[in-house]
Amino acid sequence: MTSDRPASEQPETLGQPEKPGRPATPEQPATPGRLAVAKTCKLFLGGTFPRSESGRVLPVHNSGGAFLANVSQASRKDVRDAVSAARKAFPGWAGASAHNRGQVLFRVAEVLEGRREQFRAEVAAAEGVSAERAARLVDAAVDRVVWFAGWTDKLPVLTGGAHPVAGPYSAVSAPEPVGVVGVLAPQESSLLGLVSVLAPVLAAGGTCVLVASEQRPLPAVSLAEVLATSDVPAGAANVLTGRAGELAPVLAAHADVDALDPAGLEPDGLAEAAEAAAGTAKRVLAHREAPDWTAAPSPARLRALTTRKTTWHPTGT
Amino acid sequence: MSGWEYAPALESAGAAGLAESYGIFVGGEFGGGGGGPLHPLNPATEAPLAEVATADRSDVDSAVAAARASLRSVWGALPGAERAKYLFRLSRLVQERARELAAVETLDGGKPVQDSSGVQVPAAAAHLFHHAGWADKLDHAGFGADPRPLGVVAVVLSADHPLRRLASVVAPALAAGNAVVLKPSATTPLAALVFADLCRQAGLPAGAVNVLPGTGEVGAQLVAHGGVDAVAFAGSTGTGREVQKAAAGKRLAMELDGTGAHVVYDDAPLDQAVDGVVAGFSGSGGENCSRVLVQEPIAAEFLAKLRDRVRALRVGDPMDKNTDVGPLCSAERLARARELADSAQQAGATRWDHPGELPERGFFAAPAVFPDAQQAMRLAREPIPGPLLPVLTFRTPEEAVAKANNTPYGHTAAVWADKGSRALWTARQLQAGVVQVNTTHRSDPTAPPEPRQQSGFGRIAGLEAYLDV
Repeated sequence: MTSDRPASEQPETLGQPEKPGRPATPEQPATPGRLAVAKTCKLFLGGTFPRSESGRVLPVHNSGGAFLANVSQASRKDVRDAVSAARKAFPGWAGASAHNRGQVLFRVAEVLEGRREQFRAEVAAAEGVSAERAARLVDAAVDRVVWFAGWTDKLPVLTGGAHPVAGPYSAVSAPEPVGVVGVLAPQESSLLGLVSVLAPVLAAGGTCVLVASEQRPLPAVSLAEVLATSDVPAGAANVLTGRAGELAPVLAAHADVDALDPAGLEPDGLAEAAEAAAGTAKRVLAHREAPDWTAAPSPARLRALTTRKTTWHPTGT
Repeated sequence: MSGWEYAPALESAGAAGLAESYGIFVGGEFGGGGGGPLHPLNPATEAPLAEVATADRSDVDSAVAAARASLRSVWGALPGAERAKYLFRLSRLVQERARELAAVETLDGGKPVQDSSGVQVPAAAAHLFHHAGWADKLDHAGFGADPRPLGVVAVVLSADHPLRRLASVVAPALAAGNAVVLKPSATTPLAALVFADLCRQAGLPAGAVNVLPGTGEVGAQLVAHGGVDAVAFAGSTGTGREVQKAAAGKRLAMELDGTGAHVVYDDAPLDQAVDGVVAGFSGSGGENCSRVLVQEPIAAEFLAKLRDRVRALRVGDPMDKNTDVGPLCSAERLARARELADSAQQAGATRWDHPGELPERGFFAAPAVFPDAQQAMRLAREPIPGPLLPVLTFRTPEEAVAKANNTPYGHTAAVWADKGSRALWTARQLQAGVVQVNTTHRSDPTAPPEPRQQSGFGRIAGLEAYLDV
């Protein structure tokens, strides 16, 4: 394994890798005589890792009900700060070449690949799946990021192009990112579902404020560390933990959020968010019940997260 | 005035062949509606044109049921190649009845007949013709194999471009295999009713297209209806917000208000820019051009040419083929335009009015230019319902872009410049679904616009909005 990682992120060196989840918690010394250093789970906002300004935390448990960690419980103010960070990062990320965005996303996959062991343990703990299943889910998540990395410079071929207009004009359409996207990550699929909604935003050139799964946020907390070390510009992806039902209406109503992906919302929250989004006529992505995140990916989100601009110019001598 | 006198060249009102009364069109038949009748006015004379039956809630139920039934039986079972032929028929019928349709558009909406017959009606036919060809080629439209229609599509339209808008939305919806329930504007419902007659003449399977005239209440019932799968809306941003709330959970595409900016650089082809700006702001609907940003070194020259060109506009009877600027479509729009113009004057703006005399009756607004408008004025930030043009200045390209993008809308914009790199840079920066470089008023069925920000989302004139993809 690489050695440039903090010891706290290398649980496999601490002695008890079999136990799913974070093997060491403050209550459970991992090795006699060696007290494990537990990570404080913070938000990822503007490229830094602050606690919630509210000072609130939420306890997180594994699928068996055992305590895993306290995560920061983001507030409305954290959402607004994250939207500001995403807006600030937008011109740079949207203006980067498609090639460059692809390179950065591929780098995310590379760094994720290097941390597969950690994510396997976290996914197993969060979702209560077997080690084999967790391994497959993590591998699929890495591959999913690679799949979207390859789309950055191909989407214009799919959704743009020259129009055969009836007149002496050139008319060409090209997709542009919609802007800042509010993302409610899937509640069940803590890593594969997460990257399946996050990667298309970044691939499309948008920036985002993502609210992680409420009950299963630890893979998202760790994914933020991957993003922070993968050349993703500060603020391009902001990851909040907390209550989706509390944060979704704030994101949906925020005038500086251009689109909302409600993937992780329950039906009640969905209706409320859709109504709030209507206040600024923002696009709300299609919500599908219980999607199978292991199924072959589709470019549908890339289409929904881009908007085409048609540029006309006369032709003639 | 210019000194040029034109003899009137009037299109006959009889060419429209308007009936005294119109019914609602449900399940392939015209019938009486349960709502109170509308009496749409000729905006040029304020005289009622006809009596139009409107739908009530049970009519909305019937229309949605008729659409569903057609999907389960005839229309939904047709292969794409057969749907295509119906659309080709509709396109041909629009061409055959072009003179009638143009007269209807002008009588009902006040659009100058030169625009109705030269642009609107041919464009309507072209939308139907273009999408007819898609109906049997959906596998190759870029959405994977065998994309499915959404089902019953509710279409709610505003008073602008009634026929062209209708065709641009109904054509892709039908091509994709959906059935349509259409609610035209209460101000301009007649084109939709003539279109319903076209559907009858074309032998379109009953229920594939249903037309429910009515007020906004009918539209609200329709978009919220549990039997409706998707909604396409064209209208104001304010109404769009309500539609989005009512249609929550359904597929939705909307084309809303715009505050189109024209950026005129110091190397612009000035005469063409002036022509384009005037064509843009004096036509109906302000989405194409409602602000000009002109670079300081050429501002004086531009304004002089602009003033001359505006003076030469012919304002008056829209049925006269010489008329450039007709009335607004309703008294309500006229009142809003006046209010907006007054607010700019109260804020200290200079105002140049078109010098001609306006007809005594009708919803006419004189074209007016505000040569020293400021960013803070409502006129320079809000959608403009009439022929009013605020002119602002800028020094650097960055300032032009910042000013142009300083609204929550993103419908259409234009750049006038000779230097290609600067024009393309500006085009890229502008927040708009359509950017026209050295041209204006461009639209084509093959290039459906995709408005952004609070001008809407999705392409209501494209296939994607009507397929389950």
